Amino acid sequence: MNHKKEMLMQAVFFLTACISILSVLLICIFLFMNGLPAIQEIGWGNFLFGTVWRPANHLFGIFPMIIGSLYVTAGALVTGVPIGILTAVFMAHFCPEKWYRPLKAAINLMAGIPSVVYGFFGLVVLVPFVRDQIGGFGMGVLTASILLGLMILPTIISVSEAAIRAVPSSYYEGGLALGASHERSIFFAVLPAAKRGILAAVILGIGRAIGETMAVIMVAGNQAMLPTSLTSGVRTLTTNIVMEMGYSSGLHREALIGTAVVLFVFVLLINSSFSLLHKEE
Amino acid sequence: MENINQRTWKQEWQSRRKNPLSLVLYLLVCGAALATFSGILFIVGYILVKGIPHLSPSLFEWTYDSQNVSLLPALINTIYMTILALTMAVPIGIGSSIYLTEYARRDHLFVRVIRIATETLAGIPSIIYGLFGALFFVKFAGMGLSLLSGAVTLSIMILPLIMRTTEEALLSVPDGYREGAFALGAGKIRTIGWIVLPSALPGIFSGIILAIGRIVGESAALIFTAGTVAEVAKNLFSSTRTLAVHMYAISGEGLYVNQTYATAVVLLVLVIVINLISELIARRLGSESSDE
Repeated sequence: MNHKKEMLMQAVFFLTACISILSVLLICIFLFMNGLPAIQEIGWGNFLFGTVWRPANHLFGIFPMIIGSLYVTAGALVTGVPIGILTAVFMAHFCPEKWYRPLKAAINLMAGIPSVVYGFFGLVVLVPFVRDQIGGFGMGVLTASILLGLMILPTIISVSEAAIRAVPSSYYEGGLALGASHERSIFFAVLPAAKRGILAAVILGIGRAIGETMAVIMVAGNQAMLPTSLTSGVRTLTTNIVMEMGYSSGLHREALIGTAVVLFVFVLLINSSFSLLHKEE
Repeated sequence: MENINQRTWKQEWQSRRKNPLSLVLYLLVCGAALATFSGILFIVGYILVKGIPHLSPSLFEWTYDSQNVSLLPALINTIYMTILALTMAVPIGIGSSIYLTEYARRDHLFVRVIRIATETLAGIPSIIYGLFGALFFVKFAGMGLSLLSGAVTLSIMILPLIMRTTEEALLSVPDGYREGAFALGAGKIRTIGWIVLPSALPGIFSGIILAIGRIVGESAALIFTAGTVAEVAKNLFSSTRTLAVHMYAISGEGLYVNQTYATAVVLLVLVIVINLISELIARRLGSESSDE
């Protein structure tokens, strides 16, 4: 009797463990099943490399959105990565003991702020600032990059800080023993040793930036054209879905799901390069 | 005696001036940290300062209309959504973590597949969850734009988070506890239910708190699964909007800037409270482990 109960519970636990696998499979199947036929119908070349997105005329080229996603992600890295890594160095080696807890809590809070709040902040603060100081309409590549840079900071800081802390202290002490200053031993002995972990942090940051939707939609302008300058409006893969999903139908709707398929493939590539990096460690 | 290893600011400055590269690096690090923390302070401060004066009683009226832009229905829906998503995700998450830590062999193929699956789930952006929910739960499963579709979608989204924290908590329970229970004649189920789970409870709880934070802040996954109707949900199948979706909806209309600020304050306060609770749990966990 008891044995039966044990077996039953083991089976229950096993079944719950299967649910995550089932979810991944379902997500893949449903995205690809609904997206691929449309891409096939439009034609791979026309879909991926077409520069005109005009659903009313049956023109479904998502090249501007792919480029838009790449631009804002690159922009987010340019603004977020240097500050993030330097702040991680600060948290790991420069921060006074009694400040550490509150500052760490602040970084955690930054990770927890909803993206709509970030987006609204960008809309009421960053957009007017860029419009007045730099020019254009304020909504565009630059604004989205700055905002995304802010949003990926906590990810980059936490992961790189862990990587920096994982470097054996003998590296730092060896540097000091050779006569290097505190800063020099951190930057030239500890940081190179933490290179891999910091790269993982950057990859995670890329994943967050390319998948971000609601904050970008509020500050990017969302014009479905190739951006010509830093201040011109841009539409990303994610915002393309949200902008038009509500009223689309037929091939248009399927083309939007196709957009999600392209985004999904990007994310899978990013994820697998991240886990490869982790495995080799 | 205290000052043997300490230097005054002046000595510090003197030694730094001799070493310009170190000085530059030092200033860079401090500048970056200053930028990060003033950034977070500015965002939170700006929203609070602009929003708190607009927190009027009319924002908390029972029903929403375009006059009062009440956020109370959305707030109540957020609570419904959180409870529903957690009732689905928490048992599944805990069950699969128990299987992974207590039953499965660590290097078994099945375990590796689950790891890959949860890593993939953790990396999928919320808009893809939203689209999947719209395709599968809303249309294919016929649940329509509803509280239930939204909650199921969210429960998949938070599953990897709950699994990771629960697994860490279960792994940190010393093996001696399990061996002690077995030695006293308890079966595997009894050991897990009465010994292992209770000692892992704080860690599991902190994972749940993090998950609540994600649910409260989520908007992209909900727009196409739960819809945007600004009423308190009557049943599982009525379309609803949560607070984050509500904030997105009224910020897009451009007429309700002040109310959007106030809604942002409520959302932000919720997130801050959730963070404080998880901080408290983490602190308690930390002090417990340092006692041992």
